[in-house]
Amino acid sequence: MSLDAASLCTQLLVGLSRSMILFIVSAGMSFILGVLRVPNVAHGSLYMIGAFSAFSIYTYFGMGSTGFWLALLLAPLVVALVGFVAERVLFCHLYEREHLMLLLFTFALMLILGDLVKMVWGPEYSSIMPPGGLKGSVSIFGSAFPKYNLFLLVVGPLVAVFLWLFTNRTKMGKICRAAAVDREMVGALGINVSWVFAAAFVLGCYLAGIGGALVAPTVSITLGMDHDIIIEAFLIVTIGGLGNIWGALVGSLIFGVTQAFGVLLWPQFAIVFPYAAVVTVLLLKPRGLLKSVW
Amino acid sequence: MQWRGKWQWPSVAVIVGLLLLLPFVLPRFYTYIIALIFVTALLAMSLNLTVGYGGMFQFHHGVFYGVGAYTVALILTKTKLPAWVAFAAGPVAAAITGLLIGGFCVRLTRLYFGMLQISLGSLIWAIVFRWYSFTGGDDGIHGIPMPDFISSLKSSYYFILAVLIVSLYLLYRIVNSPFGRTLQAIRDNPERCEAVGVNVRRHQLAAIVIATFFAGVAGVLFVVLEGSVFPDLLFWVLSLEVFIMCLLGGWFTFAGPILGAAIIVSLRTFVGIYTEYWTLILGVILIFLIFFLPEGVMGFLMKRFAPQPKAQVAERGNHAQG
Repeated sequence: MSLDAASLCTQLLVGLSRSMILFIVSAGMSFILGVLRVPNVAHGSLYMIGAFSAFSIYTYFGMGSTGFWLALLLAPLVVALVGFVAERVLFCHLYEREHLMLLLFTFALMLILGDLVKMVWGPEYSSIMPPGGLKGSVSIFGSAFPKYNLFLLVVGPLVAVFLWLFTNRTKMGKICRAAAVDREMVGALGINVSWVFAAAFVLGCYLAGIGGALVAPTVSITLGMDHDIIIEAFLIVTIGGLGNIWGALVGSLIFGVTQAFGVLLWPQFAIVFPYAAVVTVLLLKPRGLLKSVW
Repeated sequence: MQWRGKWQWPSVAVIVGLLLLLPFVLPRFYTYIIALIFVTALLAMSLNLTVGYGGMFQFHHGVFYGVGAYTVALILTKTKLPAWVAFAAGPVAAAITGLLIGGFCVRLTRLYFGMLQISLGSLIWAIVFRWYSFTGGDDGIHGIPMPDFISSLKSSYYFILAVLIVSLYLLYRIVNSPFGRTLQAIRDNPERCEAVGVNVRRHQLAAIVIATFFAGVAGVLFVVLEGSVFPDLLFWVLSLEVFIMCLLGGWFTFAGPILGAAIIVSLRTFVGIYTEYWTLILGVILIFLIFFLPEGVMGFLMKRFAPQPKAQVAERGNHAQG
């Protein structure tokens, strides 16, 4: 591939649309990390459940445009429900326990959810087609660019705006932010902190579900898709500043764009580029680019 | 080890004696599994030096295991150097990697330490994963030639057992040396240690280098047992699994990680024979342990069968909450 302006531009757009998926998933992780202070290892599994349930809903409603939009609407709710049940039945009893035990719990959850997905959906590859209006590609600077990726470029910022509105303009969001900074004080003000945690956890799972449903038409849905996303989301959250939603956006842009340009510069080592970028950021600013809530 | 007494060394001798006899009574497959448990146990023990005794979030220990294994594999397949050079180079390469990565990490604490290590480790993984011409990429390296004295399963079993015993003895001495005591003091209260003149970072870095050295030894043993290497050795899933072994067996005890390694390796092997859903069962068992045995299996057994002043353990639990 030559390094002309057109291919650079296409590659930038590809990287940006990938960043949007990464942002939605890692914003959810960042939110959970900020409020509950737990790196949610099961986040990738929730993302995978989002993709698989999107596939099921899509198939159930006849594999058309309706199926796609309903999948996008309902699959995240399925994931949120899974998160809600796991949180209320098991996780909420552990908040007083040692920190590493919470990490261990999310790991156990990852193992269980991974196998449940295998039981329910089996090891086959599945895929989804984008709906009518988003099929095919448009020409940008003379090179073809999938319409669905443009759609992602619109959805990502929308999610960011909604998250901002939620955390800054609603009472629940403000309580969540307060709990992230000082949970004892929030409890002392007469707010049930356990339910705040539940809400934050469910919202984080919901975002993972959106990410899974959105990514479904661009990749083949398969077991093991949880392992790749989780480490990427971890690193994005870290370079952005733990618990900072805007940091997650910045981190995702860095990760997605370096990966896309890596493909252009040195395809064989494309996956090395984002990791190298992350390491560079962390060596210069170990606590992340933006302010961490911790 | 908190359990001391006149029966300590005799029982160790009996256990070693039994392990020496095992290859004669057990079928090949079981001998192999036990050797695999030895290798994994050494890896978990080495990690516990930093996690359990050092209180550091060593999240990507698998990288050093992988570096040790890959060093041996590369020297044995690409050069004509004698085998002992390769076997010595593995742990040394792992320790150098540990020095480099650890040097950056000890400037940070807790989760930031862990995250930086994950990112540096993932960088190494990504390079190994894609560098087809040198490391074999995602295929790994197979059919690594082994010297004659460890070419059969039985002889490699004894070799692994011997190295394991020497390594455990050394680790035991390190943990109970003044250095080991200082390390535990740093874990329990870094500020106070700093105040009384202990160089906290240097001690932590030394612990990381020692731990990564033994992880490299475990990597060498893995190559001896399997005769192949693959990039999954450096993937974060393996690192997390080893971390879980420490927590599961009991990270406040010396022998806990051995137990954790034995539990996870046998679960994967034997549950894996009956059902493909072994990770589901592992997950359920883990949740059960989190709720009912928070100090790990070994911690539980020691509390149950060897009653002794527990103030120590309770206090550590409080500190770790931070």
